[in-house]
Amino acid sequence: MASTSTLDGGTVRVGAAVAPAQPGIGYWRAVGRRLARDPITIAVTIVIVGIVLMAIFAPWIAPQDPLAGSVLRRLKPIGTPGHWLGTDETGRDLWTRLVYGSRLTLIAGVAPVAISLVIGSCLGIVAGYAGGVLGNVIMRLMDVFYAFPSILLAIAICGLMGNGLLNSVLALSIVFIPPMCRIAESVTTQTRTLDYVDAARASGTTTSQIIRHHVLANVLGTILVYATSLISLSIILSAGLSFLGLGVTPPNPEWGLMLNSLRQAIYVQPLVAALPGVMIFITSMCFNLMSDGFRSAMDVRLAQ
Amino acid sequence: MTGRPSASRRMMSGRRPYQTVDPRDRGGAAQPLLIVEHLTKHFPVRGGLLNRAIATVQAVDDVSFAVAKGEVLGIVGESGCGKSTTARLLMGLIEPDRGALVFDGEEVGAGLSVTALRRQMQMVFQDSYASLNPRLPIVDSIAYAPRMHGVKPAEARERAETLLAQVGLNPAQFARRYPHELSGGQRQRVNVARALALEPRLVILDEAVSALDKSVEAQVLNLLRELKARFSLTYIFISHDLNVVEYIADRVLVMYLGKVVEIGPVERIYRSPRHPYTRALLASKPTLDPDRRATEQPLTGDPPNPINPPSGCRFRTRCAFAEAVCAERAPVLASADAAGQSAGGHFVACHVPAAQEARLG
Repeated sequence: MASTSTLDGGTVRVGAAVAPAQPGIGYWRAVGRRLARDPITIAVTIVIVGIVLMAIFAPWIAPQDPLAGSVLRRLKPIGTPGHWLGTDETGRDLWTRLVYGSRLTLIAGVAPVAISLVIGSCLGIVAGYAGGVLGNVIMRLMDVFYAFPSILLAIAICGLMGNGLLNSVLALSIVFIPPMCRIAESVTTQTRTLDYVDAARASGTTTSQIIRHHVLANVLGTILVYATSLISLSIILSAGLSFLGLGVTPPNPEWGLMLNSLRQAIYVQPLVAALPGVMIFITSMCFNLMSDGFRSAMDVRLAQ
Repeated sequence: MTGRPSASRRMMSGRRPYQTVDPRDRGGAAQPLLIVEHLTKHFPVRGGLLNRAIATVQAVDDVSFAVAKGEVLGIVGESGCGKSTTARLLMGLIEPDRGALVFDGEEVGAGLSVTALRRQMQMVFQDSYASLNPRLPIVDSIAYAPRMHGVKPAEARERAETLLAQVGLNPAQFARRYPHELSGGQRQRVNVARALALEPRLVILDEAVSALDKSVEAQVLNLLRELKARFSLTYIFISHDLNVVEYIADRVLVMYLGKVVEIGPVERIYRSPRHPYTRALLASKPTLDPDRRATEQPLTGDPPNPINPPSGCRFRTRCAFAEAVCAERAPVLASADAAGQSAGGHFVACHVPAAQEARLG
């Protein structure tokens, strides 16, 4: 602590590092302020925003047709006039496909995480706060899903429901619900035995108020960070599903699928073949770094 | 909130013989603020294949006492004797198995709801850090309970700042700070302010100063005394520190393994303790006075396991004066005077206090 305080509160001297009273600064504004001082998090957030914008404005950024190929211009190298990132194995412009591919990849990466975040934390908070039989039923149900390796579970669900983007999103949501639920449950269980929750109960606060004001802040703080780190895993898993022919179907552009189909060209045009992988790597790393940045920004105890 | 006059206004309303200015007062000065009857809590110990209850911990067993208006009742005992469980039972944080609470003449659960009770009774916890939400600036922690009871945010905040000033923390400097930016003593002041935010009449202080440095402890104790006078509060002061209890309490209740063994005015208990446990406890009290060095046999061993407490008197396994009767019947609280006359509210649960008196000569 930077302040040198005497024990008697009335005559406390405040050190230079502690700002004078800052009325009206809430928790989230303080988080924003700390984020603003973290250049790496800002940089990766800008990259992610860029990728999202690229997905939204794909037709304007890459005016060519992502599906139109020509046997005449297969596997052109990087720097070919008209195809500055080269072409793929059926002669489609790789830049165009990468830009369009960000759409499906982001949906396949973010949607399962968002769905499982909502469902998983609701289940987890209920299980953690209610405890007893209900809590046990929910958690043992989650354990059933844990019994399978996540990729196997996703493959099984996808295989059952048939391929396609929607089914791959649903399958991955089901895969991600158990870990989300587990984290929410453990944070809730920890939080509800804390003295400040007891103090709130002792002053007549209702259960729903306690969950909204005390439990949710703790659960969301932890789980949002976990969720952003899951996005990269989700992108890779959905790419894996596409790779196996269970997720996005060709000829639709999706980075995982593109990586798979360009695999055969790795000896002919290694740089071109690696590009979808580079995009997956950049995107998942940025999501990971962003989640790290958010975690430290949201921890008031690390604040300076 | 109730239309309780502000503290300053009550202070200026002139000296009256009894502090009955509080409009919430019902029974008058003679009605105890809180009567606890046969409070019992046994925790099941679960285990085995089907997670069945295989034993019970008799954490609090048939505890009865009363707290008069405006007094400080100290509760002392070794760790694990049920002091904190008693506090949590009183606050309704855990459900008692048996027993009744009567708050100012109204039975809790019958005439008075638990919610209504909680506005008149508040608690300060031992761990000053864990009892504040780390994500809230302290002013919001203090204002939280009033806001949940429908006080407007601006008004609740204003009241919280007044309370901060009243516990000796300058609101301009401290209001926006987070708990981790305060020292332990400052945080405990915040906790006191938080407990007072709902304008309670009874405050339970569960080891509230135990975790503080001695000098800070003294400051907080003095603050508690000052606040008690200013807001005409009543305290239940739980501590294992006998010196602190002697300083602040009017009456003392001694607990052993979930039972009350002795209760009485502080000067009587400290001058002439009647229960062998109280004697041993007081003898173990550290003192700087060489003339008052311990002469009693110190207590040896740990308290027995509360899962299977000894039959009869629970202290008999460690008691130097135990007789046959102690194993047969549990002693009941009775007037501490050997002749059975009134002993100034001094009660002891022991079969042989007179015998020891004689033996000790």
